[in-house]
Amino acid sequence: MKALAARRHHRLAPVVLLLLALLATGGVYALLAPSPASADSANVQDIETGKKLFQANCATCHGINAEGSDGVPSLVGVGAAAVDFQVSTGRMPMQMNGPQAIEKPAQFDAEQTAQLAAYVASLGDGPAVPTADQVDPSQGDPASGAAIFRTNCAMCHNAVGAGGALSEGKFAPSLMHTSATNIYQAMLTGPQSMPVFNDANVTPEEKRDVIAYLMEQREGSAGGLTLGGLGPVSEGLWVWVVGLGLLVGAAVWIGAKSS
Amino acid sequence: MTTTTTERAAAGAADYLDQRTGIGHAVKEFARKTFPDHWSFLLGEIALYSFVVLILSGFFLTMFFVPSMALVTHHGAPNTMDGVLMSEAFSSTLHTSFEVRGGLLMRQIHHWAALLFMAAIVTHMMRVFFTGAFRKPRELNWLVGTLLLILGLGAGFTGYSLPDDVLSGNGLRITDGVVKSIPIIGSYMSYFIFGGEFPGDDIIPRLFTLHILVVPGIILALVGVHLLMVVLHKHTQYPGGGRTDKNVVGFPLFPVYVAKAGGFFFVVFGVIALMGATMAINNVWNYGPFDPSPVSAGAQPDWYMLFLEGSLRLMPGQTEYVIGGFTLSLNILIPAVIIPGLLFTFLFVYPFIEAAVTKDKNEHHVLDRPRNVPVRTGLGVAFLTAFIILALAGSNDLIATHFSLSINSITWAFRILFFVGPWFAFWVTKRICLGLQRKDRELVLHGHETGRIVRFANGEYIEVHRPLDEQERWLRVNYTAHRPLEIEPATDSRGVRRKGYKNERRLARLSRFFYEDRVEPVTPAELAAAHAHGDHDELGSSESHGEITSGTQH
Repeated sequence: MKALAARRHHRLAPVVLLLLALLATGGVYALLAPSPASADSANVQDIETGKKLFQANCATCHGINAEGSDGVPSLVGVGAAAVDFQVSTGRMPMQMNGPQAIEKPAQFDAEQTAQLAAYVASLGDGPAVPTADQVDPSQGDPASGAAIFRTNCAMCHNAVGAGGALSEGKFAPSLMHTSATNIYQAMLTGPQSMPVFNDANVTPEEKRDVIAYLMEQREGSAGGLTLGGLGPVSEGLWVWVVGLGLLVGAAVWIGAKSS
Repeated sequence: MTTTTTERAAAGAADYLDQRTGIGHAVKEFARKTFPDHWSFLLGEIALYSFVVLILSGFFLTMFFVPSMALVTHHGAPNTMDGVLMSEAFSSTLHTSFEVRGGLLMRQIHHWAALLFMAAIVTHMMRVFFTGAFRKPRELNWLVGTLLLILGLGAGFTGYSLPDDVLSGNGLRITDGVVKSIPIIGSYMSYFIFGGEFPGDDIIPRLFTLHILVVPGIILALVGVHLLMVVLHKHTQYPGGGRTDKNVVGFPLFPVYVAKAGGFFFVVFGVIALMGATMAINNVWNYGPFDPSPVSAGAQPDWYMLFLEGSLRLMPGQTEYVIGGFTLSLNILIPAVIIPGLLFTFLFVYPFIEAAVTKDKNEHHVLDRPRNVPVRTGLGVAFLTAFIILALAGSNDLIATHFSLSINSITWAFRILFFVGPWFAFWVTKRICLGLQRKDRELVLHGHETGRIVRFANGEYIEVHRPLDEQERWLRVNYTAHRPLEIEPATDSRGVRRKGYKNERRLARLSRFFYEDRVEPVTPAELAAAHAHGDHDELGSSESHGEITSGTQH
């Protein structure tokens, strides 16, 4: 103790203390932080195949070790969920440069996608692909989902998820045909212009509620044809086309029968 | 016999009424009233009938709507709204939609009828404008009609805001901003309207009273005035053989128009009911209860307010100035107050401008063909172009997503188009009108092309033209091509400056803008001259060709 007391005014003492404090914080964080489930089931074989697929199809842009480059994101730590979202919706591999990567038929089958995801997940921990239970709409509460969707999602995706415009040709896509898993993954990983809604922000249960609300929308409206769910503009268009169209037709018919 | 009994009963009842009310006169007068026939004269009826449907369905809705902003927890359908905290207004709207039998159908009928009401008013107004039906003696009725249009907007706006959903609240928030942008009195007005800071607790009950009592009451009264004036003025008629400003060619009200118009009411009601039954409109449960924070993508007003939305969307936001601690929000004042103000002023004053530049004091009961008044038609199309560009700009986000375009480029394109489009539309329309008039002249002078090519013995080919029949000719020559006003010189005969000369000169300049380019109708003299030299069109009676043919015949 005496040696310690003697050196407590040493000019390096603050540095040492700081290092110790950082070490302690980091250690506590590592112990307490929610550890994202990593693809445990992925075996070495999958990772190997995934790596080959990656190098053949993705490395041109993302780099041979997925480290990214100018304008291309690094994939270290994005997790299996991000890979599964991007690849299973066909957004990656990207067809062409544009305001944003657009959806197209998936280029890899489910197995290949899982292998790619396993490889990327092995590069660094990230969110895993959600389980079937996590995305089951029947376990969600659509009323809570509607409230969360209204405050967090509707400003870009429209009130019922019909999609909406962003700046410079970017857009929030329609969610009418997106799979429950993809919706969950999108919230978790925040692809492209979308913000990340992590589990502290929107809990896994709330994410499931949002999915329940969106699935409800696919059943249509109690009022009849939804007209795209786009709101007053499409309603206005239809009143001119159908309403006034039919009535002007009737007026011409009545006017023509003049005697 | 039963028939005679019924007849006797009917006659007795009629006589009873007549002796006490003198209704016989009115029936006699109305039954014989003559109306000209044209499909476009039914456009106003569409508006009238959708208004009747609005009153009927609106009456039903008031039975269930609770105009209160008190908070309640909603229980029951739809499950997306179960257990959610909301205003009584919104909760009762959901109750009407999901629990009341036929409630959703009535709501949808009411909303579709409102959209159709406005669409029919606009179309009817277009017909009246382009055919010049607003000319003397109908200027006042045009003003009443324009007031009805504005009241229709008011009725639509107040009704749209009642369910207290997110979308209607967004609309009210914009209204609040627009009111606040008015210099000096803005903030006071906003506090006055909302009973304090937005949204307050008062706005829904206030809008309710306006929507179900004040606005429809005034509309109803003005509709009465509008129709009374139609009866007083008699209906206009399209130009055609035998139709003049002094007669009405058509059928009597009874039985022809009673059957037609009465039947048409059911057609209108039927179409609205069909739309209400099959096409969802304003599903407020998707938008959720109003809360000032969320604004969903695709948040737009109903179509007739879209031009205001577009005008706001186009205006660059930098034009807000702080002067001596006071904010002057030109970024809102210009698009939401000044531009609609200009548009409506145009509608109100146009008939009087045209009366001034023509100095025409005659009564007009025969309608103009739009081509015969090129500048008016051009101005009308320019007005519509501006209106449509603004409405499209109000939908710029949907245009962006549906046509894969950048919303920024669309906005810039519309900003430029708003200034260029109406001028271009005016120019093109005016040219088309003048072209059509020239074609009419050509037709009157030379007749129809028949496609029959005849070769003379000398080898000359001509196409035989068939002269117009009387009806066709009447239509094409029977109009006045107004000439620009001619004013007296600046000084009178004694060389003294004349009073009011400057105003007259201004008016003359405007008049020149209207009538400088014109195509005069064919005069009888011109027609005679054309027939004299155009005889070759009719084979056999040809003299000039006679000589040549004889000379070259083998």
